[in-house]
Amino acid sequence: MSELSHEFLLKEFPEAQWDEAAGAVILPAANARTIAEWLLASGWDYCSNVTGVDYLEAEVKEKTTNAEGETETVTRTEPGRIDVVYHLYSIANKTGPLVLKQRTGRDGATAESLTPVWRSCDLQEREVYDLFGVNFKGHPDQRRILMWDEFEGHPMRRDYSEPFDYEWEPTPHAEILEKHQRGKVII
Amino acid sequence: MSTATAPNYELLQQEGLETSLLEISMGPHHPSTHGVFRMDVKLDGETVVELRPVFGYLHRNHEKLAENMTYLSSMPFTDRLDYFNSMTNNWAYALAAEKLIEVEVPERAEYLRVIMAELTRLVNHVTLVGFFINDLGALGTPLMYAFREREKILDLFEQASGARMMCNYFRFGGLRNDVPEGWLDRTRELVDRFPAFLDEYEQLLCENEIILSRTQGVGNLSRELAINAGITGPMLRASGVNYDLRKVDAYGIYDRFKFRVPYTDGDTGDCYDRFMIRMLEMRESVAILKQALADIPEGDIIGKVSKVFKPKPAEVYGRIEGPKGELGFYLIADGTTKPYRYRVRPPSLINLTVLRDMCLGGKIADAVIILGSIDIVLGEVDR
Repeated sequence: MSELSHEFLLKEFPEAQWDEAAGAVILPAANARTIAEWLLASGWDYCSNVTGVDYLEAEVKEKTTNAEGETETVTRTEPGRIDVVYHLYSIANKTGPLVLKQRTGRDGATAESLTPVWRSCDLQEREVYDLFGVNFKGHPDQRRILMWDEFEGHPMRRDYSEPFDYEWEPTPHAEILEKHQRGKVII
Repeated sequence: MSTATAPNYELLQQEGLETSLLEISMGPHHPSTHGVFRMDVKLDGETVVELRPVFGYLHRNHEKLAENMTYLSSMPFTDRLDYFNSMTNNWAYALAAEKLIEVEVPERAEYLRVIMAELTRLVNHVTLVGFFINDLGALGTPLMYAFREREKILDLFEQASGARMMCNYFRFGGLRNDVPEGWLDRTRELVDRFPAFLDEYEQLLCENEIILSRTQGVGNLSRELAINAGITGPMLRASGVNYDLRKVDAYGIYDRFKFRVPYTDGDTGDCYDRFMIRMLEMRESVAILKQALADIPEGDIIGKVSKVFKPKPAEVYGRIEGPKGELGFYLIADGTTKPYRYRVRPPSLINLTVLRDMCLGGKIADAVIILGSIDIVLGEVDR
């Protein structure tokens, strides 16, 4: 077990979970920053990639064996969530990646900002905020980055539907235009 | 790591004279911003006291587009990320997707991939140096020298793939088609002649007094900040870090070639270092090309892959040493023909993290050079 493996992290912080299917460590919301600082101190000096993944509420069908030994299909509802994914590498030891995930609900999504630990998260967390609508606690400068400031919604969310006209804004003539369309004003 | 703080400044106080900071919006169509990029700058005289990069003008949500089409369909769109280096963009995407489907790439295709990637590196660095000198004020002539060499390589790309810039040449498991007859000989000739151009260019530029005085000690970037801010590629190596994914990951067949990774001792990490690293890297690319062109075998060009496939659910991250830095693709497969999540790690965007830190306290004219030395392309920054 090398000092730069996920097992070492899980031993130090038992509250973190290992997701075998994704090959990622799920950080607990309470002390994500503490774990990140510990990781930086133990050699993970380079945070390469930060991004979000949106999962809608889904119905999952699972085959289980009941008490009488018969297989039956159970349907359960998996709640929607947003994962913020971090890919860490070590430049000093030339190893990696170690994948970290912060999980949050879709409504009022919040995650701990790791920008104070790795500066490379700065623009990328802003991008996750912009496109996924995740609020980063402790981010020094959280603003929209790719979309314009007045934009509403978060386009990378799975249930995002675009407006008919992005650039529509009310004008002083809107009322007259509407009357005209109803046939009330003849020009 | 903390961000840089604004330098101390004291505005001129004189009775009957109102003084304030000057706010300038440089861009989005300023010729030195290399595309539709804007810098909101606050100036005290000529000194930069605040700088905010603004971008997003070219945003088309490439990632969302790719999540709504099959894996192969987004290959041509990767060309348009960093439109100078379509071949390496293709390779990064192919490398990530090949981790999902486990296909063996034939030997000849591996060699051609290396040849294409190194030619792309030459194209990128040669244009970068040309534009960099252009930003310094040598308008036109040095850039035309660079473009002359670039066109020769783009001609080779056109002969191989049918397009100068939007090559769309890579496929999962190999390449789209073999190179035409005589192509390898033409490439050998170009590679043999390229060092002569580098000699000429170096003689003209590297000891030029104006270049030295404008670039040395300008835009310093420390080793610690470079690593912490996720800077990659030539810019990281100019700050004194020996980190090249061709050596570290040895993806493809890079472990078969002998080449050196140029990096500085890291005491300055200024614009001149970033410029020289690129000049030196071109020599190493020529060395790799010579070996690859000597060893390339005959054989198949693509492994057996169907055009539409359903990979098993998995998460992969593939990365290569692009000419601008680490270009990565993060794919999540969910068992359908489309990726559930498709993410590009853009080196140009992340290298911009330290733009403010490097410009603060310098002159406004230096901000232009510093931006030029970062080497951004807005197709990739905005995606």
